[in-house]
Amino acid sequence: MSTTRKRVYGYLAEFPSASALYKAAEKVRDAGFRKWDCHTPYPVHGLDGAMGMKRSILPWFVFFGGMLGTCTGFGLAYITQVDIYPTVVQAKPANIFTVPAFFPIMFELTILFSGFTTLFGLLALMKLPRLNHPLFASRQFHRATDDAFFVAIEARDPKFSPDGTRQFLEDIGGKSIELVEEED
Amino acid sequence: MATATEHAPSPSRQGPKLPVLEREKLILNGRSYHWITERICGVLENRQPFLWWLLFIPSALIAMIGVGLGLTYLVSTGVGVWGMSNRSFWGWDITNFVFWIGIGHAGTLISAVLFLTRQNWRTSINRAAEAMTIFAVMCAGIFPAFHVGRVWMAWFLAPIPNANAIWQNFKSPLLWDVFAVSTYFTISLIFWYLGMVPDLATIRDRCKPGLRKMLYGIFAMGWRGGNRQWSHYEMAYLLLAALSTPLVLSVHSVVSFDFATSIVPGWHTTIFPPYFVAGAIFGGFAMVLTIMVPARTLYGLQDLITMKHIDNMAKIILLTGTIVGYAYLMELFVAYYSGAKYEMDAFKFRITGPYWWAYLAMMSCNVLSPQFFWFKACRENLWVVMAVAMCVNAGMWFERFVIIVGTLGRMFLPGDWKTYSPSWVEIALFVGTIGMFLALFLLFLRFLPCINIAEVKWTLRESDPHFDDHHDHPDHGAAVEPAYQHELHSKDAAEAKA
Repeated sequence: MSTTRKRVYGYLAEFPSASALYKAAEKVRDAGFRKWDCHTPYPVHGLDGAMGMKRSILPWFVFFGGMLGTCTGFGLAYITQVDIYPTVVQAKPANIFTVPAFFPIMFELTILFSGFTTLFGLLALMKLPRLNHPLFASRQFHRATDDAFFVAIEARDPKFSPDGTRQFLEDIGGKSIELVEEED
Repeated sequence: MATATEHAPSPSRQGPKLPVLEREKLILNGRSYHWITERICGVLENRQPFLWWLLFIPSALIAMIGVGLGLTYLVSTGVGVWGMSNRSFWGWDITNFVFWIGIGHAGTLISAVLFLTRQNWRTSINRAAEAMTIFAVMCAGIFPAFHVGRVWMAWFLAPIPNANAIWQNFKSPLLWDVFAVSTYFTISLIFWYLGMVPDLATIRDRCKPGLRKMLYGIFAMGWRGGNRQWSHYEMAYLLLAALSTPLVLSVHSVVSFDFATSIVPGWHTTIFPPYFVAGAIFGGFAMVLTIMVPARTLYGLQDLITMKHIDNMAKIILLTGTIVGYAYLMELFVAYYSGAKYEMDAFKFRITGPYWWAYLAMMSCNVLSPQFFWFKACRENLWVVMAVAMCVNAGMWFERFVIIVGTLGRMFLPGDWKTYSPSWVEIALFVGTIGMFLALFLLFLRFLPCINIAEVKWTLRESDPHFDDHHDHPDHGAAVEPAYQHELHSKDAAEAKA
């Protein structure tokens, strides 16, 4: 005999199309919810504004990552070629004026470091990877990667109430509203 | 995808009414989201067609014999088994390296440059083209790694000092090449993988619980398609596209520096970087067509990869082929106009020397064969498209052969003039990499989504959240039927009846 306690994650409501989801998102935003998200099979353009989200801060990470790459490229080439072990090939000088010959490597390392910053910065901002999520317990959520448009409002949102939020989702046109619970 | 007709000014507006042509649809027959998911996932979920095995087994065998045995024999005996001599030290080996690196370029061009220029037709072909990039760079990497002679010393290429505390020569284009190619491979891999995460999640959500679901789940990293993820994801995709665009131009430019910064007649030209980049894109698009046209027919993807896509690729081949043809002629003109005896002789040797047949093959395959694509009938006939693509594949290999072998055979000292012919080991290795490339691509078709599911859905008209919203677009004409909802409702009604 086992007793399984369940913790409420929140409500999941389906909307029939991208445009219906867009209009619903504007209403959820205006109702003042904070902990909620729209789940769609593809990126719906303009949804950021409808959800009241700011522009992603990822470019800042990537800018500094790229600059670090440029400096690494310059440092690697300059320190090894001019400082530690001046290498004279084809009678070319080994001093600061040879820096144009280091540009290709500085460029490639800028791109390489930016690429890695993009990857890891993105994962950090998306809070991924994670092996499980309460939403995966839903019986309909698997369609979010196929053809369904969902709004999920989390129970930890201060405005959340078991009856009020359900009613609210119904009012804005949500279908097959589901209380998603995770096993504790 | 908004059609052009929607933006036509309404009659109430002032001014003349201009006819607006409707854009060609990227997805045919009004397919629904679910149909797209089913069809693309079906490629890897259903049993593979017999032809898949018929291609995979020989490719894998050729790869094992050519690359596996060829390299084992090479390493255990020494690079002397290659046909290269003290003079022609860059024979087939570097020809193959430049050939494969060039193939990869179309993948990055489709995924990055066409993304930045908002060419939505790229969505149907970018995944396969990116996969092609990865596999082509893997094939390319084999050649310089073993060309160093003692492959266990290949770590000398990495920026680590050797036992005498001597560092690499950072002013050498060969070291630039190491950085360029390894960066290119890494960034292409990140781009390819990140682009695939939402689609891996789609496959994960379709699997029954088990090992398969777990593996796809691990690689999907817990993707949920929330807009708080998509927002960052799209920014990352934009950034990677913006980073890959100069990168792809730099990689083949750096490869061309290997030649252009030397003082060898025929190599020492400023036209090399743009000429190499155009040639790489040209050859890469031909390879995309070579593998996608059969895959499209084999897996019934005609509604996703339409004749419009093939038409666009044929036009790019025509454009880049013409740029390449211009470069060939300009190279000859500059050699003539420079008045430099050695430069002129180098080109005379390429055209009339013992490798005249390679020059002829290069000219006819790369410059003449794409000219068929001026004609719509040729672009619409898949047999012609495949024939031209095959010609270009061969022609681009001959181009590198002409540049490398056709130059090294006649350098400054008449004493070391020599004609070069490859040994069986070089031939086996090249044929082996073709097998390896095909085998890897077939495995990709078997295990990974070969078309970008999320992005293809995004190109549908009803994916625009304002497509049926006339308040947001007061210029819109009559109400537009939401085709997707219509289809869903009729489907639901049919199911309810059954």
